[in-house]
This record gives sequence, C-alpha cells and structure tokens, in this order.
Amino acid sequence: MDLSFTEDELAFRDEVRAFLRSAVPADIREKLISGRYPSKEDKIRWTRILAEKGWSVPQWPVEYGGTGWSPVKQYIFSEEISQTPAPEPAGSGYDLGGPIIYTFGNEAQKKRFLPRIVTLEDWWAQGFSEPGAGSDLASLNTRAIRENDHYIVNGQKTWITGAQYADWIFCLVRTDPAAKKRQQGISFLLIDLTSPGVTVRPIKLIDGEHEVSEIFFEDVRVPVENLVGEENRGWEYAKILLGNERYSITYVGISKLRIQRIKDLAERTRVGGERLIDRADFREKVAAIEIQLKALELTQLRALTNQSKRQKGTPDPAGSILKIKGSEVQQAIAELLMDVVGPYALPYQSEEDLQNNEPPIGPEWAATIAPAYFNVRKVPIYGGSDEIQKNIIAKVVLGL
Amino acid sequence: MDFHLSEEQQLLKDSIERLMRDCYGSDARHKYHGEQGGFSEQMWARYAELGLLGQPFSEAHGGFDGGPVEMMIVMEALGKALILEPYFATVVLAGGILRRAASEVQKAELIPLIAQGRMKLALACAEPQSRYDLFDVETRAKKDGDGWVLNGVKSLVLHGEAADRIVVSARTAGDAREKNGIGLFPVRSDAPGVVRRGYPTQDGLRGAEITLENVRVQALDVIGDPAAAYPVIARVADEAVAALCAEAVGCFGEMQATTLDYIKTRKQFGSPIGSFQVLQHRAVDMLIELEQSRSMAMYATMMVGETDASERERAISAAKVQIGHSAKAIGQQSIQLHGAIGMTMEYRVGHYFKRVAMIDKLFGDTDHHLRRLAALGGLIGRQASSSRCSRNLEEPVRATL
Repeated sequence: MDLSFTEDELAFRDEVRAFLRSAVPADIREKLISGRYPSKEDKIRWTRILAEKGWSVPQWPVEYGGTGWSPVKQYIFSEEISQTPAPEPAGSGYDLGGPIIYTFGNEAQKKRFLPRIVTLEDWWAQGFSEPGAGSDLASLNTRAIRENDHYIVNGQKTWITGAQYADWIFCLVRTDPAAKKRQQGISFLLIDLTSPGVTVRPIKLIDGEHEVSEIFFEDVRVPVENLVGEENRGWEYAKILLGNERYSITYVGISKLRIQRIKDLAERTRVGGERLIDRADFREKVAAIEIQLKALELTQLRALTNQSKRQKGTPDPAGSILKIKGSEVQQAIAELLMDVVGPYALPYQSEEDLQNNEPPIGPEWAATIAPAYFNVRKVPIYGGSDEIQKNIIAKVVLGL
Repeated sequence: MDFHLSEEQQLLKDSIERLMRDCYGSDARHKYHGEQGGFSEQMWARYAELGLLGQPFSEAHGGFDGGPVEMMIVMEALGKALILEPYFATVVLAGGILRRAASEVQKAELIPLIAQGRMKLALACAEPQSRYDLFDVETRAKKDGDGWVLNGVKSLVLHGEAADRIVVSARTAGDAREKNGIGLFPVRSDAPGVVRRGYPTQDGLRGAEITLENVRVQALDVIGDPAAAYPVIARVADEAVAALCAEAVGCFGEMQATTLDYIKTRKQFGSPIGSFQVLQHRAVDMLIELEQSRSMAMYATMMVGETDASERERAISAAKVQIGHSAKAIGQQSIQLHGAIGMTMEYRVGHYFKRVAMIDKLFGDTDHHLRRLAALGGLIGRQASSSRCSRNLEEPVRATL
C-alpha cells in the first residue's frame, strides 16, 4: 500500500495542469468560475482543442482515440479539468454513446461514429427515460418494428440533456413486446435526429433553464445497420452503460472548486459586522462538507484503483455508492452557497439578462446561486435515483 | 498511488486475524475480562510472539520498523477482535512518546522490554480540567537536587493500573494552559507517592485516576526537554487518533457484517427481515458509512507522518470527525436493526457500539476536531490546489515491513 502519488503521477499532474491552464479559452473559464453553462459553441471549441492534444476522450481505449492512462491518471486529469476550471470532455457521446458503440457495436459503426465523437462533430443525446418509464426503466414503451431493412420507431423519450444541440441519439426501444421477461425485449438503436418524424420539445426546469427536452418519434425510419449488437439484448448493454454514467457523476473536482468559491465569497460578505468567513459556525459548516468530500474523493480513488481487478464489461456497484455520496455533497454545497448569498438570492436574472451586459442586481456573483440550488435537486434523481442505487447495492453488494 | 496491501502487509493482517479468530471469540473475551487486571496476560505474550508489541519501533531496539500503514493494519484487526489488552496505551501512546523523544539510552533500556512483552506502559497526559487540551497541565514538577518532584492529579489514564511505568506530563514552568513549560516524566507505578484508583470503562477496558504526591523522578529518566515536551505530546496524540480511527473501522466492519448477517437470517412476518426495502436501504447506509470511514482512516494514515503541522492536524481532525459520525450512524443502526437482542450484554454488537462511542471521546471528540479543522481553515485552500497527497513525509508511508 502506498497512498501517495508516485513521481510519475506527480509529473503527469504538472504536465496536465500546465497544458490546461494555457489551453482553455479565457471566456469559457470565466463562465465556469461564475457557475454559468458553457454554450454548444464553447463545448465544440474546447473539445477540438483537447482532440488536437489527443485528450478529448481520455477514458476510451487507445485504438479509438483514448489515452491509455491508468485509473489514477484518469482521475488526476479530471481533477485538473475541474480545478482549472475547463469544461469536461463533452457529453453523452463520450461518457455513454462511444463506449456502447466500441463495446457492443460492429466495425462499420465504430468507423462511422467514433471519430466524429472524438472531435464533437456529432453531438449525442441519450434516450432512456420515458414518461411511463423512470426508475422502472424496463417498462419502456417506445416501439421499434422491423420492416425489411428498417425499424419503424414510435414513442416518446424524455429528460434528454442537450437534445436541442444533438445530432444523434442512442435509444432503448422495445423490439419484442412478447418476450417472457420485459428486460429481454429491448434493443439499442442509434437514431439520426434529423430523420423525418422526430420532434424535439424543450422542457424548462425549475432553475429557468432549458436543460432537458422530450423527443417524439412518429414512424421514424431507422436503418437496421443502426442496431447496436444483437436485437433484444439492449438491456444488458444498458446496465453496463449506466454503471459508467454513475462513475462519472461524483464531481469531486467541481465540488472542490465550489468550496474554494464559497470561501472567497465568504471573505467578501459581511454578516453582523464581521466577515462571514470569520464566523466559527460558518467555518464549521464548510469544514463538515469538506470532510465528506475528502472521504468521497478517497473512496472514489479506492474504487478506481480496484477497477483493474474487476472483470471488464460488468456493471460496477461501487459507482452506486459514489453517486449517492456525490449527490449529497453537491447538494450540501449548493445549500451553503445559498447561506452565503443571503437576501440577494432573490432577484431572478436570466442568462440573456447577464449576457446583454445589464448591470447586475446585487453582487455580480449572486445571480446563479439560487438557480444552482434548485438545479442540483436533479442529482439524486438522474442516472438512477438514490433509491434505485440503494436497491442495486442491497442486491449486488449485500446480497439482500 | 496503490491501495492494495503488499505481500508482507497482507501476511501481517492475516496472521493477526488468524490469532484473533482462534483466541478471541466472545466466550474467550468474556473469560479474559474476568482475569486479573481485566485482560489476558497470555494474549499479551502471544502479541509479543507475533511481533505486534514491537511493531512501530526500530529494529535496533528489537522492533519491526513498521510504519503508519502497518499500524493501521494492526489496529483495525485489534478493533475487529475488540481486544482488552493495553496495546494502545503501551505501544501507541507511551511507546509513541519513547519513539519520538526518548534518548538512545532510554530507548535501549525500555523498548526491548516492551517488544518482548515484559513491560507495560501508560501515558498520563490528561487532567480533570483539561478535557481534550493536552497543554492544560496543572501537575507540577519541581527541580530538587538531581531530580524532580511531581505533585498533581492525572485523569483517565488508559490502563494505568496495568502499567509498570507511567509517563506523566507535568509543568516545569509557565501558567496552566501554556504550551511551553511541559515535561514528560516516567514514573514507576510502585514509586512512593503514586496512588492509582483504577476503574472499568464503559467499553470493558480499564482506566485510572492517578494522584502524585511528592513523587521523585531521576533527572536522567526525564524524556526529552523538561520544558518543551508539548510538541511531542501533540504528535503522539495525532498518531493516537490515526490508530483509533483504524481501530474504529475494525469495529464498524464487524458491526456491519454482523448486522447484515442478522437481517438475512432473522425471520418475521414469514420472511427474512432483510427482504424489506426499508431495512435494505439502512443496511446500504451502513455500508456507505463504513466505506467513507475506511477512506478517512486511510487518509489519517497517509498524513500522520506529515511534518507540516497544520496539514497533518487538519487531516487528522477530518478523519476523527468522520469516525465520530460513522460511530453514531453505524453503531446506532446496528443496534436498531437487531432489535432487542442488540441491547443485551450477551450479544456482541452492543460491545462494539460501546467501544466506538468511547473512541469518539478519546483524544478529541467530533465537536473538538470539527472546531480544530475549522479554525485551521478547513481542508481545501482558497488557492486552486489539486488533491494534495503528502510529499513531505518524515516517515515515508512504507510499501513493505
């Protein structure tokens, strides 16, 4: 057991840090620091910078554009990304779409789709949830019926992040409604969102942002070559995919950045005649969250270094633990920011207001804090709710 | 970075666990508890044979040069077995003082005796008024000829009755609560003027209140600088916390495993109660707490050798807070999921519960350490600094024994 970074890992960290500091465009970095969202154009610009360096899909296998870094180096990279801060390597295509294609797809699919994810020429969305299929995902109803060399898709997917930007969607669809177990009648389809019959409708979330959408499919024709793997085995593939998703949503690095920000803001904020940062009760609240975050960070490192011992391509229950704790910490931080901002949480100033260079109401950093608090309620809901994660742990880890 | 145990470390862990499985079941523990002194001299001899008593000391003195990782392994295993013997008092506390501050002559005299199981020690660093402030020392040591004379009261001396020698912190200069002016004086427990009032502690171990009345200590026996020993005490207190965190994790693991086993087998309403979702989710909460506290015990281990005092103290405090929270979360839940059987003296889980509740009260409780961490500025600096892993270790975290 050696709990410190090796010389090699430290040198790697310095290299990554130096590159990121010089490479991330200042306007994008500023946006992230103030807690605003990078635009599609920002994401594309950044992904291409990373791609040039060979770092836009670091976790993928080397043959598809990945880096071959050890789990610890992967961790250091994502840590440095959040600390810079720079945008995460982009989106669903990297986290979920690519892995499903290179793990279960055929050669033609890999050739066609993967290079375009590496440079973000194609923006991918994920189509899992439906109005009637949330936690009980296997009850999904979107139907794909084979007609010669096409599937005809009808149904509705929802809670799709970034659908308004997306070019493609990977979807779970029902191909065999008569299957004995409902999990057995599900397949994975790759659908071109410019196909006739596709309608994207935005959903505004409680923070006022258009983060997710619903997508309607009406007699959408999908060539059979866009089926991933075998028909009716999509559920198996998805289970592994969801394990990956949970791994990537602890956001330790971003949480650290937020805590630094809390401390900065608490220095500038006066409460009862003293600086907020000087109040013992406030400092203890911050410290209590920092401890949870440190524990999460180490638990994640333990899980990552353990990954090599696990069988490849099987779902990893450690992800469930990480997701639950990660959600808790992110929410606690958002609440703490609300405590810092105080009454200037109230004014609602939209992204457009801010971009139109209207003078801010209250401190220039106040506008994003309440929306962020509202927004992070989503974290223990998406990617499998906390309750579902606990069911998974109970079954897979505890054998209950 | 590698969280796996080396072959030697795995061997160490396996050998202690084997000994404990063979010799430290509930019945055996009950028997040891009834023996003279409240623990087993025979087990003490076994610890010596296995090399546990010499673990952290240098080879030159008959030790094994074990580092923080080895100590974590030992303490976790001892916690798992819920041992009664004065290992923590002798090896971690008083042994830590010797390791850090004793002269070569003193080490050569005492450490081989400890390692061979022929001498037990205690550390008397707390007083009735001091609570967790170990610089709050009113016991006085006055220079007298070629020695010192000690007067005062030391409290909560862990295993004070069993000790052959008691290392006493006493003030040679300055006012109460001053960090300067504190010395460390090893006192023979049979020396004239030493009165020990021993008592059982809540967790089945032993403590003592010790009154010192004109107790003489030779000048050459004094450990380190008689006016500047507080930094040593503070270092050893940090090591003590790291060791207690590991011990607690051993206890947590047993509570979690025992409880899980119980809800799988206990039937009510015609089903194992572990088939009910409300209990399943609580069992998951226990597992998450266990993993988080294990991570923080490792963090304490990796930072305990850090020479930057502020860095070290922040890490140690963070770990102790986590352990305190987990002690409540896991301990209380394990009793609740057992129901009435968990309330009985006969059943093992309650003893773990009591031990971890007492661990919270040793060397600073949750509130104390949260305050200390907050006062030091927390774990995350305002400057963007990435996950800091200790680089300035004076004792490099060892990969091997």
